[in-house]
Amino acid sequence: MSGKIFVYIMLAIAILFLIGPFIIIFAASFSESEVLSFPPKGFTLHWFKKVITMPMFIRSFETSLWLAVLASLLALLLGIPVAYVLARFDFPGKRFVEILTTLPVIIPQMVAGLALLRIFIIMGIFSIRTTLLIGHTAIVLPFAVRIISSSILNLPHSIEEAAISLGASRFRVFVNVVLPNITVGIISAFILTFITSFNNVPISLFLTGPGISTLPIVMMTYMEYYYDPSIAALATLLILITLGVVLVMQKLLGVSKMI
Amino acid sequence: MAFLKLENVSVGYHKNEFVVKDLTLNVGRGEFVSLLGPSGCGKTTTLRAIAGFLRVQKGRIIINGKVYNNIPPNRRNIGFVFQNYALFPHLNVFENVAFGLKIRRFPKDVIKKKVSEVLEFVGLKGFEERLPSQLSGGQQQRVAIARAIVVKPDLLLMDEPLSNLDAKLRIEMRAELRRMQKELGITTVYVTHDQAEALSLSDRVAVMNRGRIEQFDTPENLFLNPKTLFVARFVGFQDFVEGEVVDVGVNLITVRVGDTTLRARSMNRSSLGMKVILVARPKNFEILESRGANSLKGEIVSRIFQGDNILYVVKVPNVGYLKVEIPVENAKWQEREAVFLKVDPENCLAFPKEE
Repeated sequence: MSGKIFVYIMLAIAILFLIGPFIIIFAASFSESEVLSFPPKGFTLHWFKKVITMPMFIRSFETSLWLAVLASLLALLLGIPVAYVLARFDFPGKRFVEILTTLPVIIPQMVAGLALLRIFIIMGIFSIRTTLLIGHTAIVLPFAVRIISSSILNLPHSIEEAAISLGASRFRVFVNVVLPNITVGIISAFILTFITSFNNVPISLFLTGPGISTLPIVMMTYMEYYYDPSIAALATLLILITLGVVLVMQKLLGVSKMI
Repeated sequence: MAFLKLENVSVGYHKNEFVVKDLTLNVGRGEFVSLLGPSGCGKTTTLRAIAGFLRVQKGRIIINGKVYNNIPPNRRNIGFVFQNYALFPHLNVFENVAFGLKIRRFPKDVIKKKVSEVLEFVGLKGFEERLPSQLSGGQQQRVAIARAIVVKPDLLLMDEPLSNLDAKLRIEMRAELRRMQKELGITTVYVTHDQAEALSLSDRVAVMNRGRIEQFDTPENLFLNPKTLFVARFVGFQDFVEGEVVDVGVNLITVRVGDTTLRARSMNRSSLGMKVILVARPKNFEILESRGANSLKGEIVSRIFQGDNILYVVKVPNVGYLKVEIPVENAKWQEREAVFLKVDPENCLAFPKEE
């Protein structure tokens, strides 16, 4: 009995730590007070109205959005073939490629950001947008490769061999048999890479420049100057959007699995 | 002339490490041949080499007079039925079966006709719209077979197709497979570790052990005249006793076992003084009250009711525990009774003892 009580207490503490901060932010975003405070005073939607009309938030939101979408798509484009080769073939140096795809997860993103800064910005090869896109793609690519290769590994190899024995070429097997069976993995990879890119700070910190900035960076800068609840309102909006995307995708994935 | 020929074929997963060594096999047109053996004997490897999924490192694979070694698997026109069925999960039954026809660019109406014919043939008419996940194991296996045969392959390969089915269905499917194969007249190579399955389905069976064929023969011959100890054990003979050859006759040899002698049929050339192992089937033993010809003394340890017969476990001093099956009507012996075990020389086979 006492063991059970202990488990409940631990659970309560875990939940408190996990969602406590969000609840505070959520509550603070409706506060009438001019400074971010908890418990909130009164109730107003003023801060929400402010953030969705502020040009710097809108512009950076758009930047973050196209960046996240393009980086995720690029990561899928590169990641699907890499994942397939890693999952299905044995070749010399395979281990090396595997490590290479996990490197961006292991290396501190600050370091990666600095390296990218040196290469692209200082040498001035590409525009800021292109540089941001390359940096974000590099950061999210490993996630795409991991998720997709595990979903390819879940597909029995004999299914591909069956298609081959029926006369299909390797390319045809990939397009007509492998791809339709890993859509769930591809969609989950897209969600994860999208969220990772959208929330990224360290890489963007180094690679953003005059006139172009991503939402998390703008939020950070804003917080350095102002301490009003508008940041809380923005955070609440972002959490709701992310939650909505995840829920919708889960519904879709659940349905597609049944079909 | 053989339709499928394997000439001194060696296959392996690593260089110079062969799972299948120097294998030679000839399969006639329309013949149903099984590769039978324990797991790891190379039977699936052989099958995958024929299909082209594995490269042949030495030797030649010849189908209908043409060397197939360097033809890629998707140009071989060989049907393959997998143990796990390997149906395309995202396609329904119709689309699964139509897959190979679409690749061969048949017109739509021809595809429709062929698919519905083959589905009728395998007994799955009306299941066109179902997805594989909505079918039972037996039905999935029928789809897999339909998908493989609808393209009229030159050769049909099956890798333990029945081993994922339950026992009752497996026996039903055996008869079905045999019927389908004979009606189509398609040359078939079938891999299994189940001797009853191989013997009941095949025209000829190749018993494999450690990458080699031990014996390639008709089911009857394998069953009655196994050529090696390995094959004998695999088709249901149990080790009886070991002894020394003391007399060699025209058909039978005499073997000294302890202080008595037994007569047995020698499956190889044997000479005086040779150490041999005698084997016999559990159902070929008789239990006697007193010593008779060709018998050994023992004691009944347990008596197990099996329906048509009773399984006795008999302890024979210096030999071990032997299984004996006696028809229920004659099974009057009880546990702990001292008895004599008799086996006809005709049913007792002698093989040289491997050192």
